Amino acid sequence: MNIIKAINLVHEFIKRDEENNVVGITKALDNVDIEIKEGDFVAVLGHNGSGKSTFAKHINALLSPTSGTLIVDGKDVLQASNRLDIRKKAGMVFQNPDNQIIASIVEEDVGFGPENLGIPTDEIWERVDRSLKTVGMTEYRKHSPNKLSGGQKQRVAIAGVVAMEPKCIILDEPTAMLDPNGRKEVIEAITELNKKKNITVILITHYMEEVVNADYVYVMEKGKVIMKGVPREIFSQVETLKKHRLDVPQITLLAHELKQSGLNIPDGILTREELIDALLKASQG
Amino acid sequence: MSIILDKVSYLYGKDTSYEIMALNDINLKIDDNEFIGIIGHTGSGKSTLTQHLNGLLKATSGHIYVDGEDIYDDDYDMKKLRGKVGLVFQYPEHQLFETTVFEDVCFGPKNQGLDKKTVELRAFEALYNVGLPDDLYYSSPFELSGGQKRRVAIAGVLAMKPKVLILDEPTAGLDPAGRDEIFDLLKKMQEELEMTIVLVSHSMEDVANYVKRIIVMDKGHIMLNGNPREVFKYYKELERIGLAAPQVTYLMHELKARNLDVDVDVTTVEEAKKSILKALGR
Repeated sequence: MNIIKAINLVHEFIKRDEENNVVGITKALDNVDIEIKEGDFVAVLGHNGSGKSTFAKHINALLSPTSGTLIVDGKDVLQASNRLDIRKKAGMVFQNPDNQIIASIVEEDVGFGPENLGIPTDEIWERVDRSLKTVGMTEYRKHSPNKLSGGQKQRVAIAGVVAMEPKCIILDEPTAMLDPNGRKEVIEAITELNKKKNITVILITHYMEEVVNADYVYVMEKGKVIMKGVPREIFSQVETLKKHRLDVPQITLLAHELKQSGLNIPDGILTREELIDALLKASQG
Repeated sequence: MSIILDKVSYLYGKDTSYEIMALNDINLKIDDNEFIGIIGHTGSGKSTLTQHLNGLLKATSGHIYVDGEDIYDDDYDMKKLRGKVGLVFQYPEHQLFETTVFEDVCFGPKNQGLDKKTVELRAFEALYNVGLPDDLYYSSPFELSGGQKRRVAIAGVLAMKPKVLILDEPTAGLDPAGRDEIFDLLKKMQEELEMTIVLVSHSMEDVANYVKRIIVMDKGHIMLNGNPREVFKYYKELERIGLAAPQVTYLMHELKARNLDVDVDVTTVEEAKKSILKALGR
């Protein structure tokens, strides 16, 4: 079943001068069709300004479409009465953890979301316990978020969303400001949520390595979806990705270059193991 | 222009119960026209080190010599040092504040006390050097893309004509195209303008692709110091301190273990390709 279905979604940003005259219209989303299955781990790639974040903000009704339809868990986002429900279903995590942590103690920050949903106190604490455990931050529950590393802060932010028990979590470049360790921690936490709790994950990222294990990938440019498929399909089109100045995982790039040099290597190699197998075969052949 | 650090140590919160040794007995020489990458885990002392190089932080003990002069001498002109060594902070675009790109870039040289004409000339030159399209010179800096903003911020430092440019994670938060633009720009500045570039980075792949020398920091010490091939040889030690080698380096080690005669010290895709083709007799 599709948890998210976008049909001909259009969003225009209208720029006005001081007298309120329209001076320019930017089509941030240009007839976007996206379907996301419940329980999937979906990655959205694209440059700054490609429309990824605009799309993400539609999913939990922070932005409304100019035209087209967007259904989130069976509810139309255009209907104002659905918005509160939709925000309960679809939680969002942003790039900068410092902008989304508000309390002075980790556990209180995580409890903020469910508290606002009007959940009874006992259940809030149960949810806080569970969420912190899911992201591996239980031992820091009494700490001040200020003293945590970037990766830890981001995991607290994720726990805060998880505590609202959404069906779907949208993460808008959650690792962009983190060091390699922090990045790994966050990706592991997200993967765990997806696999164990069956929460649909929509990950917006620049890092191709984070996309390799996704169920499905969308590539956006200038407000349009320009490529879609499973990671292997996407990464077998190295030249197209390069043309759009997107990254290719280093191993995929090497495999591609070796193939260009005449070695018999299949398209769409994603991992070191796959490349090693292919090379060993090539060396025997 | 050389920078020499002689037994430099730095304590945060000296004489308090929060005292932390951020730099511990650092000896380092940075020569003319180098391209250096500093890598290390969060809290390893990378940023503290870079802030010493233009005198923003003063060492608790030890000496720093720039062009043979001790910058901690009483009569040393710190202002002159900051003209020679430019520092670009993390997310420098947050520091843009003027109404136009051009005004923003003028700010640095204006504060150096130069006359209007020289200031404007330098601003034009700096904006040209960072490759910003000239129809954007008079736009608001806030209307630009992330990569463009960052180039404007770098131009603001370039306009002060430093010999050494230090950048703290210059590509953090940029998309791949923005990242490549910045690295290509830095490479150009090092090669054509003969500047020394020192950058702090979290991306081992980028460091391996661009810099000539890598300094690895760990707990306030310099753990490794050498060219990428030498440094990434110690990939096991790097992992122990939360770093890693580029993906291709691991691949080469694994291929070697499977009896393919490849060069294990490879750090870039290009080198890996050559070595693999050679090992397969192509």
